[in-house]
Amino acid sequence: MTARMDARFASLAEEGRPALVTYFMGGDPDYATSLEVMKALPEAGADVIELGMPFSDPMADGPAIQAAGLRALKGGQTLAKTIRMASEFRQSDQDTPIVLMGYYNPIYIYGVDRFLDDALTAGIDGLIIVDLPPEMDEELCVPALKKGINFIRLATPTTDDKRLPTVLNNTSGFVYYVSMTGITGGALPDTDRVGAAVARIKGHTDLPVCVGFGVKTEEHAKAIGASADGVVVGTAIVNAVAGSLDENGAATAATVGRVAELVRALSSGVRSSRLAAAE
Amino acid sequence: MNQPVKPNSFRAGPDEEGRFGIFGGRFVAETLMPLILDLQDHWDRAKEDPEYQAELADLNTHYTGRPSPLYFAERLTQELGGAKIYFKRDELNHTGSHKINNCLGQILLARRMGKTRIIAETGAGQHGVAAATVAARFGLPCVVYMGATDVERQAPNVFRMKLLGAEVIPVSAGNGTLKDAMNEALRDWVTNVESTYYLIGTAAGPHPYPEMVRDFQSVIGQETKEQLMEREGRLPDMIVAAVGGGSNAIGLFHPFLDDESVRIVGVEAGGKGLDSKEHCASLTAGSPGVLHGNRTYLLQDGDGQIEEGHSISAGLDYPGIGPEHSWLKDNGRVEYVPIMDDEALEAFQRLTRVEGIIPALEPSHALAEVIKRAPAMGKDEIIVMNLCGRGDKDVFTAAKHLGVEL
Repeated sequence: MTARMDARFASLAEEGRPALVTYFMGGDPDYATSLEVMKALPEAGADVIELGMPFSDPMADGPAIQAAGLRALKGGQTLAKTIRMASEFRQSDQDTPIVLMGYYNPIYIYGVDRFLDDALTAGIDGLIIVDLPPEMDEELCVPALKKGINFIRLATPTTDDKRLPTVLNNTSGFVYYVSMTGITGGALPDTDRVGAAVARIKGHTDLPVCVGFGVKTEEHAKAIGASADGVVVGTAIVNAVAGSLDENGAATAATVGRVAELVRALSSGVRSSRLAAAE
Repeated sequence: MNQPVKPNSFRAGPDEEGRFGIFGGRFVAETLMPLILDLQDHWDRAKEDPEYQAELADLNTHYTGRPSPLYFAERLTQELGGAKIYFKRDELNHTGSHKINNCLGQILLARRMGKTRIIAETGAGQHGVAAATVAARFGLPCVVYMGATDVERQAPNVFRMKLLGAEVIPVSAGNGTLKDAMNEALRDWVTNVESTYYLIGTAAGPHPYPEMVRDFQSVIGQETKEQLMEREGRLPDMIVAAVGGGSNAIGLFHPFLDDESVRIVGVEAGGKGLDSKEHCASLTAGSPGVLHGNRTYLLQDGDGQIEEGHSISAGLDYPGIGPEHSWLKDNGRVEYVPIMDDEALEAFQRLTRVEGIIPALEPSHALAEVIKRAPAMGKDEIIVMNLCGRGDKDVFTAAKHLGVEL
């Protein structure tokens, strides 16, 4: 397994704070801007990067990420370019784990073996593939684990105790708890319920549990981070990109800065969350 | 070399994982997975339950009006001067198409599962109407997702759904057609998973939908077999059906798959031609990929992005196809061919004039293929075509294409 991910969570545990996991859409709105956004993330306080692979039919995503994917595709993004983006990022950052997130079809068409080899070479540490549940592990999960790439599974409110072991089996890196039944970009659910769910999952695994879906602000990050090992923010970041574009949908001088500003705020949220919990 | 291995039976699929060869499967978000497994459990029990089967059979008879007639198209046969042509007249069903066969089966299942809300996607509106109909019949609220383009070109069906008490939500993402409606229905489902039953209209999606929908639609082929045996004392030489997602076709085909003497032809929407981008011939011109819960033939680019289909018929306007059809194509049991928009439109007019039947634009594609093939066949040969929908809903579209202002 790529050591980067485990090392990052181990050092955060030592620091006594949750990880800030930031999602952005690769190639949104164009390759060069998107690479600059990626490079700005760790500097602004991101601990783990989720690099979105655009797909024409993102069935589990809300309007913001749908639109981001379409912008990226319109800007000429492909899976090959997304892998290249990770590789270019690695030239200046050897420590921040990169997780590719998206849907299976582009990988299937690229070719699973070729994809895994190229991803590994590019310095990619893990995969989150929304439409590959444990029942489909032979497709990509098992080959990825064999090659040493983490396969990060989504656990959801519908994943009951009976099913949880199935979901956790073959999971590595961390567990991504989806805080609600729904698509990305929804409202944040009751944080007490999320805390209880995180505790339930931690009863079944030693892996870090990160929580996403609905986290948009510093306050959210702080509240969720009180119980979770990591806080995932996606839609808010994608919205920051969208809000910075000009009337033609092109990047502006403000694009990278807007994202960095948001991530700094989120970062201060996760950095104060355990203090909040201790109060 | 690489000849596909011929299975002992073409009717044994899917396997436990929901696969037909490499096709099918359960490619869904984890949120939906427990529900899919629960659905499968209920379905496995329901299909063995005589009470469930009896209730479905009773509704098929008294609500839908089954069995649908098998009609000998005498004048068309004479005109074409070849094989005898029969129509399986599922357009005479309540709601005007084969879609009701599936909707009744699924809503009984939804009730058994204790679901209190129905959602559906629709292209031409035929499935939306059928779903809204059974939801009204069983007193459940129903939301139908429909591409904005389709809402516009299928206005009569939109109004029918509303009359039936359904909420119709136009989907403007993408090209605003069936694929986009299906994405949006999946998003609703993943959000309201506890209360909601997703009534999928075609033999596609994650397992067990392709099997389940096929089994509900197989009543078409079973009746056809019995009725033709009664009329002619034998099996047909050829059966033909239109393929969009493929539910009416698999319903006709499945009971005949192991009858080697029966040639089986599925007709895809060739749109404006396969050399253009404007068609929906995923089997003829697509390649295997993963979308909407299953692996199947898709229209896609080299990066695995799904392309928009085009057809004159909203019901065929889908860039994928049921996984069992993909398998039947690869093993060679079924021959799949494209028919262009203009050929379908011509067949639509011809049947109307020669037999006094206005077919939907979907089976008009199958009809155009029958018109090509029948003259080359012997007069003692028999073709059965699934006339799966009536054309009242398409009168406005046809008028527009024929340059008539209504």
